[in-house]
Amino acid sequence: MGLASWGGCRLRPDFPRSLLTVLVIALFLALPGAARAQEDPFTDIAATSADVEARGVTALAISGNPRAATVLDALRDGKLYAWKWPRPDPPLYIRTDRGYVDARTGDPVDAPALTNIRKVIVSDAVRAAIEIAEAALDLFAKDVAARRKAAEALFLSSDPSALPLIEKALAGEQDSEVARVLREAHAAALLKSGTGSEADRLAAVRDLAARADLQSRSLLQSLQDQPARVAAAIASAIAGIDHKMELWGLAENVYYGISLGAVLLLAASGLAITFGVMGVINMAHGEMVMTGAYTTFVVQRLIAAFSPALDQFGLLFAVPAAFVVAGALGVLIERTLIRFLYGRPLETLLATWGLSLILQQAVRSAFGPTNQDVTSPAWMSGSIALGGLTLTVNRLWIILFAILVLGALMATLRWGGLGRSIRAVTQNRRMAAAMGIRTPVIDALTFGLGSGIAGMAGVALSQIDNVSPNLGQNYIIDSFIVVVVGGVGNLWGTLVGAILLGVVDKFVEPFAGAVLAKILVLVLLILFIQRRPGGLFPLKGRVAEA
Amino acid sequence: MSSEKFTIDRRKLGLLGAGLAFTASRLDLMPSLIPQANAQTAAPTSGEPIKVGILHSLSGTMAISEAPLKDVMLMLIAQQNAKGGVLGRQLQPVVVDPHSDWPSFADKAKELLSVDKVAAVFGCWTSVSRKSVLPVFEQLNGILLYPVQYEGQECSRNVFYTGAAPNQQAIPAVDYLMDQVNVKRWVLEGTDYVYPRTTNKILEAYLKSKGVTDADLMINYTPFGYSDWQAEVAKIKAFGSAGKKTAVVSTINGDANVPFYKELGNQGIKATDIPVVAFSVGEQELAGIDTKPLVGHLAAWNYFMSGDTQLNKDTVAAFQKSVNDPKRVFNDPMEAHFIGFNMWVKAVEKAGTTDHDAVIDAMIGVSYPNLSGDYSTMMPNHHLSKPVLIGEVQENGQFNVVWQTPGLVVAQPWSPYLPESKNLIGDWLPPMSCGSYDVVAGKCLGTKKA
Repeated sequence: MGLASWGGCRLRPDFPRSLLTVLVIALFLALPGAARAQEDPFTDIAATSADVEARGVTALAISGNPRAATVLDALRDGKLYAWKWPRPDPPLYIRTDRGYVDARTGDPVDAPALTNIRKVIVSDAVRAAIEIAEAALDLFAKDVAARRKAAEALFLSSDPSALPLIEKALAGEQDSEVARVLREAHAAALLKSGTGSEADRLAAVRDLAARADLQSRSLLQSLQDQPARVAAAIASAIAGIDHKMELWGLAENVYYGISLGAVLLLAASGLAITFGVMGVINMAHGEMVMTGAYTTFVVQRLIAAFSPALDQFGLLFAVPAAFVVAGALGVLIERTLIRFLYGRPLETLLATWGLSLILQQAVRSAFGPTNQDVTSPAWMSGSIALGGLTLTVNRLWIILFAILVLGALMATLRWGGLGRSIRAVTQNRRMAAAMGIRTPVIDALTFGLGSGIAGMAGVALSQIDNVSPNLGQNYIIDSFIVVVVGGVGNLWGTLVGAILLGVVDKFVEPFAGAVLAKILVLVLLILFIQRRPGGLFPLKGRVAEA
Repeated sequence: MSSEKFTIDRRKLGLLGAGLAFTASRLDLMPSLIPQANAQTAAPTSGEPIKVGILHSLSGTMAISEAPLKDVMLMLIAQQNAKGGVLGRQLQPVVVDPHSDWPSFADKAKELLSVDKVAAVFGCWTSVSRKSVLPVFEQLNGILLYPVQYEGQECSRNVFYTGAAPNQQAIPAVDYLMDQVNVKRWVLEGTDYVYPRTTNKILEAYLKSKGVTDADLMINYTPFGYSDWQAEVAKIKAFGSAGKKTAVVSTINGDANVPFYKELGNQGIKATDIPVVAFSVGEQELAGIDTKPLVGHLAAWNYFMSGDTQLNKDTVAAFQKSVNDPKRVFNDPMEAHFIGFNMWVKAVEKAGTTDHDAVIDAMIGVSYPNLSGDYSTMMPNHHLSKPVLIGEVQENGQFNVVWQTPGLVVAQPWSPYLPESKNLIGDWLPPMSCGSYDVVAGKCLGTKKA
């Protein structure tokens, strides 16, 4: 394509791009890299190699061809077809609802034989190229956020051919934040291009060193054949970033540990009631968690069916629903099974283990063996950058939720009417009965409370794990460990035990690997329990003997 | 698909050609073999049904993957019966449930072979279940058709491996990343059991033979059902910031995958930054999960449900009709059963009997159309020739094929990249008749056919 169609593109009144865009494209066209593309910008777009195809996309985007946007859209939507066999000027087609059109001209053509054409494949690399091409056009948008996003995309692509474009945008940029990102993008592109004076390059290295994140580190490390002084600056910049990353890495590990601890705490809180307070070894505890997760799934389905507007808030309804469903199931289990087994731990263990298998297979029969699709709402996705930390939002919510659940549980036990009765019954059953407390009812309600809390844990776990019949199995061992380490019958102990286990696990993991970390943590546990059989906070006095 | 860059090098093409030529040359030998086999067992005249064993877990943790394979087998058997059965006799499925328990697999296999006297068994999923039934099949001289991609390093006379060997899945996937995506740094991330360990050992040797240094290679293992991926993903992210294109080759087992991809998404790693190519994530695993965090990541298989051949569309439609659920998916191991079952039918018809020895010999050289539009052939090493496809996960849980091998790839059950197996080949045709033949020493390391 030569200058002729340039004229054509400006003359066409329906051409949607603004004059500014044309200027941008003109800037691009002045670049040596784009010179190839002037012949036929469509040459490489249907290449069978993803690499060549991605370059073809960029070439087409910056060629200024009026059909570029349409063809790129068609490509992205999988509607672009190419001639299958080698021939000069291979035709390109776009499939529309009404038949095929020529991709280069937009004119309708007779449908080609299906054996002669192939769909042009869109791989992720090509999609990325399309994204960047579109970002470049957003650099002059009115919206600050859009400009910033475009600048970030250009930084990530660090494409030297974008240099003049970035310089132009930088000259006119008012927003300091966007200007900073643009400077970084400029630095990246400049260093990548291998041009520029030594002073320019040193300044660019400084800009990237100031950004100090993994992307800038990656970029700096990829640079080769730099003058000695620049190379030295790069090396020290990388060392500086590494040092900073190491410090942030420690903080990050603590965060990972706490968030793992919060998950353990949620899973174990219910058990702290049934096992810790009542002394029932409930092997079906994990299945209560699973019940909660499946309740979440059902609630989400119901909401999707009846009021899609509340789609984002399904979890808020799922929490009380899971508490009620799992709690009711707990009461049922206590009344029909566990009350006949009080004081016989071995039989309880076997009976509840059998029960856990029954519940698993029941769910498998009812919902099928496959994982169920529990979606994460938008407000629980993504991450927040805090300095060098990446805090994932779903984990933050789970930490908050764990604290709320534990707080509510403690408040109930301390001040609530049910809590008072529970404490009375566990401390002195016969005295409590003599005072008019109906101990069998309290037993059932206590077990229901513990199960209900396990159900709420299931809502949280549905956000980070698979909702499958095996969900509970993965947490039952950890839950028991947390309760035992913390000290049976002590909620504060459960809190400290969970956080401690989480943090120890995450600090061992980077050195030992996930498999060995698990083993090491268990070995440490055995040693700990041998030293302190009562856990971190053993109950003392008369309560302990009751 | 034509491609400027063939990632199958000449050596492999040569092997492929040699394999095909070999089969072709042996095909005409077959008729002379079969009458001998026939002579031993008289063709059955009674209308008694032929029993076919189905050994897949219908309960327990593996039910998620294995239960659909039972459904596909029941459909195939029903279809064959509607066509008049085999040798004029109806087929009768015998379904047993080893409930995801490895020793049970051996017990149930024994039951199928010695009590029910089935003509063939279609079954197993995990390598450990296959290893546990292997002695049973060898002792009782049964036939097992094993439909799942696996780590290789095995070639039994009594097993037909209709899934992929490592060179039909893992190696082409790595080639794709190396040549098409220009990946220079590699993370081999796997669940801690035999399949990922062996596959990664092969991949490590392969990558090193291509000049990848230890500094550019990271190998991690996590326990089964791992769900707390925060630290692992952070490690991958840091590893990927060394200025070279990085990719993750994932042999992570089914259930741990969703939390893994979720964590990648939440920590802001997109498929364009660090692509993940998985060997255990297929349509079945994607069914019923939130696919948003996976979009754009890759999987390597020999079949994708999205393939647009007519045979594929018909088969999928027939399957969905047979289970009465238009949403059910069809995946690679199911296609393997489709091919394996039809090959077994052809072999029985060719042999004129269900006698195990005769059918085992008759299986070699049988060709049947696979659902991707080519003909797969049962090679003398009891593995299939297969196309290898790389697909990208799409929002609807299906795959968009981005690359495929220019032709079919012949399996190498013994990896040429591992020192202990580099001289071994498997060939169950005479004169070799050996599953592990050392071509340098010139002798058979395993048991020869009796």
